[in-house]
Amino acid sequence: MTAAAVAGGAARRSRITAITSGKGGVGKTFVAANLAAALARQGQRVLVLDADLGLANLDVVLNLFPKITLHDVFTGRCPLDDAILPAPGGFSVLLAGSGMVEYSRMTPEVRDQLQKVIDQVAPRFDHVLLDTGAGISDVVLYTVSLADEVLVVATPEPTSMTDAYATIKVLATTQGRRSIHLLVNQTRKPSEGRSVRIQLQQVVDRYVSPGLGEAVQLDLVGEIPSDPAVRECVQRRQLLLHSLPGAPAAIAMVAVATRMVGAVAA
Amino acid sequence: MSIVDRRKPRPPLPEADGLRLDVALQLLHQAGKPVPPGDMGSTEWLQALIDSLVDLSSRDALTGLANRRSFEVALAREIDRVARAGEPALLLALDIDHFKRVNDTYGHAAGDQVLKAVASALLDSVRPMDLVARVGGEEFAIILPNCPSPFGATVAERVRRRVERTPVAVAASQQIDVTVSIGGAFAPQWVRSTPALWIERADQQLYRAKAQGRNLVQLEPVTVSLVSNEERQLLFDTFQSEDHE
Repeated sequence: MTAAAVAGGAARRSRITAITSGKGGVGKTFVAANLAAALARQGQRVLVLDADLGLANLDVVLNLFPKITLHDVFTGRCPLDDAILPAPGGFSVLLAGSGMVEYSRMTPEVRDQLQKVIDQVAPRFDHVLLDTGAGISDVVLYTVSLADEVLVVATPEPTSMTDAYATIKVLATTQGRRSIHLLVNQTRKPSEGRSVRIQLQQVVDRYVSPGLGEAVQLDLVGEIPSDPAVRECVQRRQLLLHSLPGAPAAIAMVAVATRMVGAVAA
Repeated sequence: MSIVDRRKPRPPLPEADGLRLDVALQLLHQAGKPVPPGDMGSTEWLQALIDSLVDLSSRDALTGLANRRSFEVALAREIDRVARAGEPALLLALDIDHFKRVNDTYGHAAGDQVLKAVASALLDSVRPMDLVARVGGEEFAIILPNCPSPFGATVAERVRRRVERTPVAVAASQQIDVTVSIGGAFAPQWVRSTPALWIERADQQLYRAKAQGRNLVQLEPVTVSLVSNEERQLLFDTFQSEDHE
């Protein structure tokens, strides 16, 4: 263990990453769950917070039936600790549950509650992943604003790329984000993720950065190949990393986690 | 003396007595509104009475502008429309500068004159479709539906100057200059939001206008969230995925 890592252990502060996408259905929650499992496997303490308060489905992906959710924490019915549940992949989750429809609209109360919950959990984990909802709503933008880093999930589809671009643009202009991580999911050929990044970066360089007078950098953290194993696991409501760790998508996910941990140590 | 007593003979309204019609008619009279025409107690007459009362309860008594209640209803409707249709809409929050000084110096009657004059200047400087409301003591708000963001500053500035150029007569030979500070924010297009947050954003800009010296307009910078055709084109011009549908 390096001296830096030891020193880091003393003043440990969790790294909060918001996972967002613009478009729905690109595998955002799948990425959050499996990335959490991959990080946990590397000895990291990980919490995934289901920040899609309106249409949460992390519980579905993980096959959990939570009795206590964020809703109970927000309404003061339960202490926060009771709502932090162990997930199959060796990480913890804070689930929104389906009683959260009333929070799908941003209000000063929701804002304060979210901030409070995140402040409380952050010191206890190495990584907090915020699984946001789809779209660029107030709730999504606010959730992302609470994170140190943003990971935008996109697929090589034009609709997903357009929405990912819109998200990047809004985050750069309204939140001052200058570095945004990109994960390209469901790639069909080698280095398609690289092409997606290059395309997005090109438009960002031309239309976003000049307006800000500062470069906005897209950092490709990985590409996950389109893999029948993913669909299989989603249907069986199992973690890919658990059931089929040798699948190409699972191996790619582990590589993303390694990169994230490496970036922390560096 | 009650308004109903002026009509003779008084029509029998046994069930309607429980409806406190006397009070309703007194309120209308006080507001300078006519008693609804037709047969007292008939369904049509009661409907006309309800319409008048609804109108009365949506207006500010002093200025005749929309009151806070109807402002909030309109704002909720507008934010929903913007989220669904993506049309731009601007909310302006306005506050009379140094209003307390007017009250302290010239008295509350003069204060009322100022409020009325500002209300009328505001109405005169916007379109008929815009909603002008008095939302608090010396606080006003204007909802401008279908107001494209490049026009926002122009409109707000027009409102500010209109008030600035309208001196108010507070006494027989005394005119005073009145100014307003204005903060504004556009509703987030295509995005679900809440009236409370929209008001908060406009208010934040109003505080900025006040802090920067008053008699000023401050608009929240517009978030560019939509992707133009040029951007879209560049995004796909060399990118060829085999799976484009």
